[in-house]
Amino acid sequence: MQSFEYLRPTTLTEVGGMLGKMGEARPLAGGMTLIPAMKLRLAAPTALVDLSGLPELAGIKSDGKTVTIGAMTKHADVAASADVRKLIPALAALAGGIGDAQVRNRGTLGGSIANNDPSACYPAAVLGLGATVVTNRRRIAADSFFTGMFETALAPGEIVTAVAFPVPSAAAYEKFRSPASRYALVGVFVAKTTSGVRVAVTGAAPCVFRASAIEAILNEKFSAETLASLRFPADGLNSDLHGDAQYRAQLVGVLVKRAIAKLI
Amino acid sequence: MNHPAEIEGAVANPTGIGASMRRKEDMRFLMGRGNYVADIKLPEMTYGAFVRSPHAHARIVSIDKSAALAMPGVIDVLTGEDMKADGVGSLPCAWPVVGKGGAPTKEPPHPAIAQGKVRYVGDAVAFVIAESLHQARNAAEAVAVEYDVLPAVVGVLDAIKPGAAAVFDDIPDNVCVDWELGDKHATEAAFKKAAHIARISLVNNRLVGNPMEPRAAIGAFDRARGQHTLYTTSQFPHIVKLLMGNFVLNIPQHKLRVVSPDVGGGFGVKQFHYAEEAVVTWAAKRLGRPVKWVCDRSEGFISDAHGRDHVTEAEMALDENGRFLALKVSTIANMGGYLSTFGPNIPTNLYGPLLAGVYTTPAIYCEVKAVFTNTVPVDAYRGAGRPEATFVLERLVDVAASEMGIAKDEIRRRNMIPPNAYPYQTPVLMEYDSGDPGGCLEKALAKADWKGFAKRKAASAAKGKLRGIGLCTYIEACGLAPSRIAIRLGVRGGLFESAAVRVHPTGQVTVLMGSHNHGQGHETTFAQIVSEKLSIPAENIEIVFGDTDKVQFGLGTYGSRSLAVGGSALVKATDKVIAKGKKIAAHMLEAADTDIEFADGVFSVAGTDRNKSFAEVALSAHFPVDYPLEILEPGLEEQAFYDPVNFTFPCGAHIAEVEIDPDTGVVELLSYVCVDDIGTVINPMIVDGQITGGVVQGVGQALYEDCVYDPESGQLLSGSFMDYCMPRADHVPPVSVETHITKCTHNPLGVKGCGELGTIGSPATVINAVVDALSHLGVSHIDMPASPHRVWRVINEAGGAARPAQ
Repeated sequence: MQSFEYLRPTTLTEVGGMLGKMGEARPLAGGMTLIPAMKLRLAAPTALVDLSGLPELAGIKSDGKTVTIGAMTKHADVAASADVRKLIPALAALAGGIGDAQVRNRGTLGGSIANNDPSACYPAAVLGLGATVVTNRRRIAADSFFTGMFETALAPGEIVTAVAFPVPSAAAYEKFRSPASRYALVGVFVAKTTSGVRVAVTGAAPCVFRASAIEAILNEKFSAETLASLRFPADGLNSDLHGDAQYRAQLVGVLVKRAIAKLI
Repeated sequence: MNHPAEIEGAVANPTGIGASMRRKEDMRFLMGRGNYVADIKLPEMTYGAFVRSPHAHARIVSIDKSAALAMPGVIDVLTGEDMKADGVGSLPCAWPVVGKGGAPTKEPPHPAIAQGKVRYVGDAVAFVIAESLHQARNAAEAVAVEYDVLPAVVGVLDAIKPGAAAVFDDIPDNVCVDWELGDKHATEAAFKKAAHIARISLVNNRLVGNPMEPRAAIGAFDRARGQHTLYTTSQFPHIVKLLMGNFVLNIPQHKLRVVSPDVGGGFGVKQFHYAEEAVVTWAAKRLGRPVKWVCDRSEGFISDAHGRDHVTEAEMALDENGRFLALKVSTIANMGGYLSTFGPNIPTNLYGPLLAGVYTTPAIYCEVKAVFTNTVPVDAYRGAGRPEATFVLERLVDVAASEMGIAKDEIRRRNMIPPNAYPYQTPVLMEYDSGDPGGCLEKALAKADWKGFAKRKAASAAKGKLRGIGLCTYIEACGLAPSRIAIRLGVRGGLFESAAVRVHPTGQVTVLMGSHNHGQGHETTFAQIVSEKLSIPAENIEIVFGDTDKVQFGLGTYGSRSLAVGGSALVKATDKVIAKGKKIAAHMLEAADTDIEFADGVFSVAGTDRNKSFAEVALSAHFPVDYPLEILEPGLEEQAFYDPVNFTFPCGAHIAEVEIDPDTGVVELLSYVCVDDIGTVINPMIVDGQITGGVVQGVGQALYEDCVYDPESGQLLSGSFMDYCMPRADHVPPVSVETHITKCTHNPLGVKGCGELGTIGSPATVINAVVDALSHLGVSHIDMPASPHRVWRVINEAGGAARPAQ
């Protein structure tokens, strides 16, 4: 790890200033990706802006229609939240299945989606539920937030402060873990929302995406049988040591069916 | 667990042979009080970091140290040219083999830091020494190395193609040695008479050992005495002392001390003399300050010797009744970019002779080409050659059984060496002294409910899962090794072991062992042997190892040898203590020493109640008042060296059941049963742990682990735990371990060894189960690891008829 400045702001206003001023400053949430990358000398920010001194960024609020989760809320807290478990149990289950106990007690929702790792779980929930990402500057619809591999709509100096998840009538997340890393080789989030069925896929491609063809079929009839003959196309999917595009396409189909089986 | 000692129920001495006493060493490890090389801090210590090659094959055009040297805290930057200027020698190969027609193994130079050329990604190019590790690592990034990148060769099949890039300019065909074993003519003749020939082509996947503690080394030099000390994570400090002192750094043996304190797992990875050991020892003298290097996990992936990596074609000739007539095996084995310490020996001497297995196959011919490639050097890894041999044989036996319509257990029974045929001379070197693999087989079949499998398969099918059962009967050669035989097979040294038993005036005992403990439980097992022999509690016995200044010569720990060879030396030394004690007691009791008996810790005059305790005799030896000084030296310390007359041959039968999800290709290991003949058991709990651990390591090879290089660039693709899948606790069901004992006939304890057999039996067992589950699709083999992706692909290519037959 190379030397860096450590900054711990106590107001959101300070955050913007610190991130703007320093050359290669990076916000630090749970650090579950950034710190290992720094240890491996793959990342060498000149400054870390630690967001843990901003209590307003953590916590879970609900009005029955929307669950709003602060960006610095840890996965373990989402998994254990009575509100989340009652209103969006699929989201609680997803949070409880990320990484291991250590990761879940440090890693945060905001850190995960701002990093937008192609095989992270949270982006599938944010996109699958049609959530709204709240930043220190604006509100961004999930459909516009995830823009590419490790890329988001966040501008320099902009940080996620919360995510507002609309409560679906039903939702399920199915993950096939990569044997080695246990990240999602493929993860599928299926939600029945007021605007129809949404199916978000993580792990399979360079960036989380909606499987619109599958959504169309499920909006016609929500059953696994209607998908029986579906062959999800492998075009554009990732190939690596743990699965080629064809295998990932197969897993998308299998996991969608398993998610639906949970919802029927 | 169901061990004989427990069945008999009567272990008289709670810390003696047969007792499942808890490991003496565990408390310090569990409390974080171990003392590993990385824990050691010496006064004035400096820290080193290696600059390693990012290219698989390149000429070093230039190395510019100036920017690094100008950085804060940097003391020196050393290169291969500096080593050459100091007259540092090549890292030696300790076990070359003799090839076809008497051709020697090609042993190209292996400089500790690359000179002229780099030959794999990770090859050391420079060593940066600074006041802190942080400064050394930062400066390592500032060393400017200009490379002229050359085409790389990665796979063994590519390496032997005409026109392939040559790893060494003077070895244009990349062949290190072309080796053969067995009677080629007899084998060919038998094939002509065969009613059936079974064939298989397979890959034995390359593995990274990944012991929990990464390697580390500290060099120190005492100017006043001209004395070098190396602290290193080694399985055999005495061999490092010999190889490094004598061949690499030209340090006289009396001026070099090698210390291997607590070592966190070895698995073979730490039984070689590594470049880094020589570099820190050499650098410490140049600097006049200690130099410490600690490997991190990423560096370990590209600098620890790798294991396995074979490509094999094999054929078996059978008569119409399924009896094995002959076996023909042709293997190409990867040596990597240089020869590691034992590299050429592993796929030859430790492989070919094991192809006889537990069967009466009369004719066997094996040829092995060991080839250089632009990859990390390949050497022994738990099992070392024997898992590879077992995999070839036991896969081929299953293929033959399937093709001939003979049950998998029956074909093994038909060909098994009968119990009354021991000692049994195989057609490939080995004489098995003892064993009852057939007895192991019947017990394992019963325990695994082999007969009830069809019912369980149907139950799995009802859930949409494909169930398979796999069997393997194996034998292995360990207890390395009878020196005379081993030297004939090429080893440059002896393979005996040593022990010294030091009895203190107060009757407690310190034992100095030449073998090294790095997780095997030696501090307990060896104490139990002494406790049994001398009837003193294990808590009064200390086992010392891992320091060449404390311990007499020793050969270290590998090849499941510590108990069979080291334990035998310990028995000999303890017997000498008892013999001397009898003489002392005889004097004290005014009797002839031939009339003295030693039992239950008491020396007594036979047939009388006159006696002296062990402690009284020990005291007398150190305060020799009432003592025969005229004919007997004072003191009570004895040393013994033991050279075995033969290898030992653990054998057994393993059975696994798997369930495959045809939609995803996921293989779930449902059960694993082993029944093993390992000779006398000293500590059943430790045996259980060793066998379970070995099985899990082999399951790792079969289902999860794969060391993958990019075939073009030679970059390691599976260079971290994010991509290299280690087996985990939730991958493996409880392993059912049972022993079925015949005693080794040629060592005093009747022990055979149990460290490697799990890893030797389990890859074949698990893959046989996976293939069984897929056999209705016409699948006769699947390469390791049987990962979800690979299994699904095999199912998919078989035409989607994956659903289980109801």
